[in-house]
Amino acid sequence: MIEIKGLHKSYHMGSNSLHVLKGINFNVKEGELVAIMGSSGSGKSTLLNILGMLDSLDEGEYILDGVPIKNLNETKAANYRNKFLGFIFQSFNLINYKSAWENVALPLYYQGVNRKERKERAVKHLASVGLEPWIDHLPSELSGGQKQRVAIARALAAEPKVMLADEPTGALDSKTSYEVMDLIQKINDQGKTILVVTHEDDIAQMCKRVVHLKDGLIVEDTLVNQVRASEHV
Amino acid sequence: MGLFDKDLWSEVFSTLTKNMLRTILTTLGVIFAIIILILLLGATTGMSNGFNKIFAGTAANSMFMWSQSTSIAYGGFERGRHIDFTLEDVEMIKRQVDEVELISPRIQLGDFGGTSSVMRNGQSSGSSVYGDYPTIDQVSKKRIVEGRFLNQNDMDQAKKVCVIGVDTYKLLFNKGENAIGKTIQINGIYFSVIGIFKKNDNINFEGENAVFVPFSTFQRAFNTGDKIGWMAILVDPDKEVSVAETKIKSLMKQKYNVHPDDIRAFGSFDLSEIFKGISAFTLVLQGFAFFVGIFTLLAGVIAVSNILLITVKERTNEIGVRRALGATPKIIKRQIILESIVLTTFAGLIGFVISVALLHLLDYKFGSSSDFPFTNPTVGIGQIVISFILMVGLSMLIGLIPANRAVKIKPIEALREE
Ligand SMILES: Nc1ncnc2c1ncn2[C@@H]1O[C@H](COP(=O)(O)OP(=O)(O)OP(=O)(O)O)[C@@H](O)[C@H]1O
Ligand SMILES: [Mg+2]
Repeated sequence: MIEIKGLHKSYHMGSNSLHVLKGINFNVKEGELVAIMGSSGSGKSTLLNILGMLDSLDEGEYILDGVPIKNLNETKAANYRNKFLGFIFQSFNLINYKSAWENVALPLYYQGVNRKERKERAVKHLASVGLEPWIDHLPSELSGGQKQRVAIARALAAEPKVMLADEPTGALDSKTSYEVMDLIQKINDQGKTILVVTHEDDIAQMCKRVVHLKDGLIVEDTLVNQVRASEHV
Repeated sequence: MGLFDKDLWSEVFSTLTKNMLRTILTTLGVIFAIIILILLLGATTGMSNGFNKIFAGTAANSMFMWSQSTSIAYGGFERGRHIDFTLEDVEMIKRQVDEVELISPRIQLGDFGGTSSVMRNGQSSGSSVYGDYPTIDQVSKKRIVEGRFLNQNDMDQAKKVCVIGVDTYKLLFNKGENAIGKTIQINGIYFSVIGIFKKNDNINFEGENAVFVPFSTFQRAFNTGDKIGWMAILVDPDKEVSVAETKIKSLMKQKYNVHPDDIRAFGSFDLSEIFKGISAFTLVLQGFAFFVGIFTLLAGVIAVSNILLITVKERTNEIGVRRALGATPKIIKRQIILESIVLTTFAGLIGFVISVALLHLLDYKFGSSSDFPFTNPTVGIGQIVISFILMVGLSMLIGLIPANRAVKIKPIEALREE
């Protein structure tokens, strides 16, 4: 599903330059649930952003579902993101003046799906994350866990190939974190490829594979025995 | 996802209604601009209508001509020779100058020629006395306050009737006294009063101390023969008065052996020049109104653009989210421009409504007063359409500034911003 070869990325600030990713080789097969770990500043988010086409790579190759991702302009990147990728952020990033279902329907809007179908599909996805009674609520009327579930429903809405989650539980208490991980596991059970950036070991253990980043390189890449989040809820 | 896509509009409206107070404050500039523009245009129209009202009843395409003395010796004649026009000249001009539609000759006693005495019961008014054709009314309509003006019947029968000015009335009659049917004496001859007139607000040669009698009566009573004092000439509305004027004068110069370059021999007054001056004046006023209006409008629209710029800054995160979810730069751009247009149009409509109401109020206040040239201050559909197109066009152009700012936001940076 994801193939990365010799990926380099540097940031330039004036005369300083910071070499963040120093030749990453990394493959993810369909249906995997991968945790990306590493200390702060190790480049986890940078890697995820490049995978998410939110950021450009300096050097190397990136193939997503057999499609080489290169020579991206803004419009093409937007279309690819819309078609291939679902994002989950630490800070949820919901649009605060839109109701839950409208937030979930937004990727579908950019796909050109008509309003009626958008609502149907958004409601279906909200139901699948257990938020059916909350479809008309504004984000401000939801708890952190509920917000993140709305965000997950939104990431699912466009039926992406890959879901990218940057510290999805970073802003949540552990009980809520496990609920969210339970949801992510269930989505993964249905065959969706998911990458999760996390600092927390217990969260990483709920994935199927853990990748460690250090100084811009992958220093460890191990399969783990998945801990089911539902056991902790 | 075309321009008429309902979702696009609901996206725009939901963002605008999100912060209602700011939306309304944003639009204030445009509202005021439109009010100023429409009020200025309306006031200009009101002014021009006011002028039109003043000049109602006066034929725009007319001129007056009278004879004076030659200033160049010519054809064996000394300079300083006085010429008198006659009815024959009138006929000749009518025959030979195509541009002329109508000539109303006049002969007078008093100010221009001869002295007159107008008296009643031993009181004298010192009025000018004119012998006129009833057709003079077609060139410059008299405002009759009582009775009637001279008619063809008076003319044909050379009736000893007269129409007097309100000043003449005041000098000869007691206050409130009925003048119609009473007689006055002009140079010893009795005339009965059939009407009283008031002067027009516009061009006025006679004043209000004047007496009009039928031309034919005048001829007989004062023994003036075919001599006339001046002629009021109505020119075909499609032709230039100045052209007719030149033709008439050269015809008369030929007839009376006047040097072709002698500009003193005949006096004339081209009324159409005055009208042209007034339309030029209102045109300039209108241009000025548009000019001022456009710049206020520009300022208003720039204010909208400024607020949108701030909004874009505030919505950085939202725009980043939208971009991450698949909004292309084009979609973002279109949405911001539409927001600009919708805001401006909304403001414009409010401005239109307020200003039209204000114009009605102005009309109500000043419309009926006769001293102030201000009547029915409306704005034409054409002006409204032009202002609207301008407004939408401007808002679209100015909306490009925040729109471009919005698409410059990199999704990754926008998302990092918390
Ligand atoms: N746009 C940028 N410009 C300059 N430097 C950047 C930029 N983005 C990231 N960096 C730097 O690159 C390094 C890696 O950042 P990154 O966000 O990938 O770390 P991370 O592993 O996600 O850290 P954390 O666990 O704190 O989220 C950091 O030193 C960061 O300061
Ligand atoms: Mg990070």
